[in-house]
Amino acid sequence: MSIQTGSAWVDGSGSRLAKYNFLRSINWGRFAVLAVPSVWLAIFFFIPFLVVFKISLSETAIAVPPYSSLLEWDLEEAYVNLKINLGNYLFLFEDTFYLDAYLSSVKIASISTILTLIVAFPIAYLIARSSPSRRALLLSLVILPFWTSFLLRVYAWMGFLKKNGLVNETLLGLGIIDQPLTMLQTDFAVYIGIVYTYLPFMVLPLYSALEKMDMTLLEAAEDLGAKPATSFFLITVPMALPGIIAGCLLVFIPAVGEFVIPALLGGSDTLMIGRVLWDEFFLNRDWPMASAVAIVMLVVLVLPIMLIRNSQGKEEAV
Amino acid sequence: MTSSPMINQQDGAEPVANTSLPLWKQDGAEPFLRIENVTKKFGEFTAVDNISLDIYKNELFCLLGGSGSGKSTLLRMLAGFETPTSGRILIDGVDMAGIQPWKRPVNMMFQSYALFPHLSVEENVAFGLKREGVARSEVKQRVAQMLDMVQLGHLGKRKPHQLSGGQRQRVALARSLVKRPKLLLLDEPLGALDKKLREETQFELINIQEELGVTFVVVTHDQEEAMTLATRIGVMNHGVIVQTAEPHDVYEYPNSRFVAEFIGSVNLFEGKVVEDEPDFVRIKSKEAGGHLYVNHGISCAPNQKVHVALRPEKIRIGKTNPGQNENCIKGIVEEIAYMGSLSVFRVRLESGKEVRVTQPNFARNMGERLTWNDEVFLSWDVDSSVVLTA
Repeated sequence: MSIQTGSAWVDGSGSRLAKYNFLRSINWGRFAVLAVPSVWLAIFFFIPFLVVFKISLSETAIAVPPYSSLLEWDLEEAYVNLKINLGNYLFLFEDTFYLDAYLSSVKIASISTILTLIVAFPIAYLIARSSPSRRALLLSLVILPFWTSFLLRVYAWMGFLKKNGLVNETLLGLGIIDQPLTMLQTDFAVYIGIVYTYLPFMVLPLYSALEKMDMTLLEAAEDLGAKPATSFFLITVPMALPGIIAGCLLVFIPAVGEFVIPALLGGSDTLMIGRVLWDEFFLNRDWPMASAVAIVMLVVLVLPIMLIRNSQGKEEAV
Repeated sequence: MTSSPMINQQDGAEPVANTSLPLWKQDGAEPFLRIENVTKKFGEFTAVDNISLDIYKNELFCLLGGSGSGKSTLLRMLAGFETPTSGRILIDGVDMAGIQPWKRPVNMMFQSYALFPHLSVEENVAFGLKREGVARSEVKQRVAQMLDMVQLGHLGKRKPHQLSGGQRQRVALARSLVKRPKLLLLDEPLGALDKKLREETQFELINIQEELGVTFVVVTHDQEEAMTLATRIGVMNHGVIVQTAEPHDVYEYPNSRFVAEFIGSVNLFEGKVVEDEPDFVRIKSKEAGGHLYVNHGISCAPNQKVHVALRPEKIRIGKTNPGQNENCIKGIVEEIAYMGSLSVFRVRLESGKEVRVTQPNFARNMGERLTWNDEVFLSWDVDSSVVLTA
């Protein structure tokens, strides 16, 4: 009897211990790994986001900093006054200028994302199909431009594209054109700049998707009567889809808010939200308006990304 | 498989000529697939070395060889994925040179199955028909028919990764058969299956082949698979077909040491021809410790060095002398392995040569139990062994 109770006691404590073991076995290493980026994001993303959101709800004021505060209080009079100004957001929708800027940004970003995809796909495909020893070399060539300053590289494009730049001189010299082409300060130059700058962000995810692809699938498709073009669209593209989505997001998102490239390569009529933001902030010194523009841009970008991620998750769950 | 629908082959499987002889034994029979002096080189390496081979309609031909023997390269040339360095391939009389894979009347079942992971089972099977521009209703009907045949009708909506290995293999088979190819190429079709499933599928393949009248060319490294499946086997080594024969002949009458050793296990005795008559040969073998008699003549120079091949299951083993004058040698049991259906003995001869003997376990309790270090007599009939000159 005593032995039985004894064993029951041991069992009971054993299971209770197991509970504590679970608590004790919180993987501190894992916790630390997750904590570092969480804290980082909280300090450098979430809190600034709240600050910007707060500013967007205030009014411009001739002061330092140049906006009114949301909360006013007087302890002696014992009042707290919360003043939220939605005027900035209303103005965003009233003035078609902002809507145009958003649409134009999305348009330019979309077109350049598609162009980047078209340029990057053959590059990624070639790298994925070359021998492993050459892959490392080719990949490092793709990343190589990052070793020089981004600004410098965009300036270099100005040199290429200007009236008496390299491209015009060459075309004139070859007799292909009689008059120098106006390329700088057009949307065309902006596309070139974005495609050039963001190419590696497209190539790398595409490469990693294509590299995993089983080449016998293409042989199987050919064997079943598909011409190479057909098997490309029916097999290669679907297999590369995760890479295509990742690459397009990596290019599209920063391209929408791009400021430097349209400022340096684009014309005065190249309307992009990044420039509007810059002007509101530094020329008009309208911080609340600029903040509202930034917040709306974030929402515009985050919503479609979340939708895409959701649909991807569902597909994987099937 | 009896309930499976009958599918007419495109060119109509003509009944084999009145003679009961298989096509490859009839004089002047037209081969369906003709491989003419085909060579394939990869740089300096010759993967396929001047192979000529005729394969006839409704055959199930097995290319059997180890890895690197060139069998897969040969198959890939038939499918059109590789171009021969020299030589010609004719399918149904048409030279395949310059004809791309997607235009050949050939379908292939890949070793890895190569099912499209993003398409459902039905879409996988329908893929080939859609490329042909077959009407949608017909595609649907033929896919359903084919999936029923491989007993996967209920799994049409699944994706390949939701299937077991055996089911995937059947999808791959259905996909390669649905276009009713004249010639079906199978690359290690049963490689990824476990033993039980393999056996079932082997017979299923034979049924399908007989039912549809398609000519099969199967590549395998598994001799057992080749033996059960094939009408004929081509044994390949170093890019060359060493022997082409029916399974029985490849096993019983190997033409070279390579074939004898590659297929099944075999005891080889080295010796010199002492007497060479049209109906028998006598060979003096130091290894066997005496003379060996074989009841078929060979054409060779006197005193030529030859090998006598003897299958382990053709040797009788016992403690008592069978009183046989020829083909009887003494040895000592060194090792016994009980394998259920049979026992394997390793017997050491006086010459130091080791001989492998297998005996079926007729009775649960064998009367004469052999144990280690027993002195035994090994004997066999004069028609049990084969003389190999190569």
